[in-house]
Amino acid sequence: MCATCGCGTEEHSHSHSHTVTMEQDVLAKNDHLAAHNREWLAERGILAVNVMSSPGAGKTTLLERTVHELGTSLAVVEGDQETRLDADRIRAAGAPVVQLNTGAGCHLDAGMLRRALDELDPAPHSVVFVENVGNLVCPALFDLGEGARVVLMSVTEGAGKPLKYPHMFASTDLVLLNKLDLLPYVDFDVAEFTEDLGKVNHSAEVLGLSATRGDGIPEWLDWLRTHPSMAKTGVLR
Amino acid sequence: MHELSVTQSIADAIVAKLGDTKVSVVSLEIGRLSGVVPESVRFCFDVVAEGTILQGARLDIAQPPGRARCRDCSTAFDLDDLILLCPCGSANVEVLSGMELKIKSVEVA
Repeated sequence: MCATCGCGTEEHSHSHSHTVTMEQDVLAKNDHLAAHNREWLAERGILAVNVMSSPGAGKTTLLERTVHELGTSLAVVEGDQETRLDADRIRAAGAPVVQLNTGAGCHLDAGMLRRALDELDPAPHSVVFVENVGNLVCPALFDLGEGARVVLMSVTEGAGKPLKYPHMFASTDLVLLNKLDLLPYVDFDVAEFTEDLGKVNHSAEVLGLSATRGDGIPEWLDWLRTHPSMAKTGVLR
Repeated sequence: MHELSVTQSIADAIVAKLGDTKVSVVSLEIGRLSGVVPESVRFCFDVVAEGTILQGARLDIAQPPGRARCRDCSTAFDLDDLILLCPCGSANVEVLSGMELKIKSVEVA
């Protein structure tokens, strides 16, 4: 019997073609690795936060500020196509960091996070921020095994983003609306933005902030502290 | 361009299952709400397939349409995009189909 497809012939030189059923999710391998990451993080009481945004929305600035405010119990995985620039900024802010360079890749996947976690070796009951590659499209599709997804969006980007990039906004737990200090100078309708967000994501919370000036930072830190996987530990003060 | 890594995953999964058996047709299901563009997968497939058992194989791609059901009024309706709005106005909507991203089967020659 043919070992590949189970047909009656000895080997696969038969002249008739035949069908081998697969019924396999394309992202099954990534999802499997992500499930392992999730399990590994849960065993250690670690909250991994997948931070996604377009380039320049302020991810690294927000994380620098968060490191300054919370001090210890944080670690960061930095994803960029090239350079160690963001990792250098996080290290200077005082948190352990691992830089992932994806080269041509436009997103992080669960295997990359696995390798980064091995290198980072985060402490139990800590928070690991995963700064994904700046991109509002591709990262949405790849589960990393994170405990929470956060999309950072700045008011300089224009209000139509949730409808233009529905996959990204549909998959997030929290939207941080950054650069509120620039709101007086740009044409950005916050009410329209939250209404559009509601059309693609029924349950996401929205917090406004300015990572440079500090508006909304206490609310952001509270969101982290009260996240179900952090609330019990009392590690974040 | 996540289609490149998606297509690479497709090729890896088929090679893992079939070893060195030459493949003539690959049948995929790419839902209309999946966030993956079939044309981009076709483009990437030629690149990924080169020098493997998939080289020269035909790609058959089925594209299941989006369907959703409202959690508030229970109406089921078609969904052309991920704007999750029920005709009743509610955004509390469950996607029933259209998110598929699957290798259905392959034909070996």
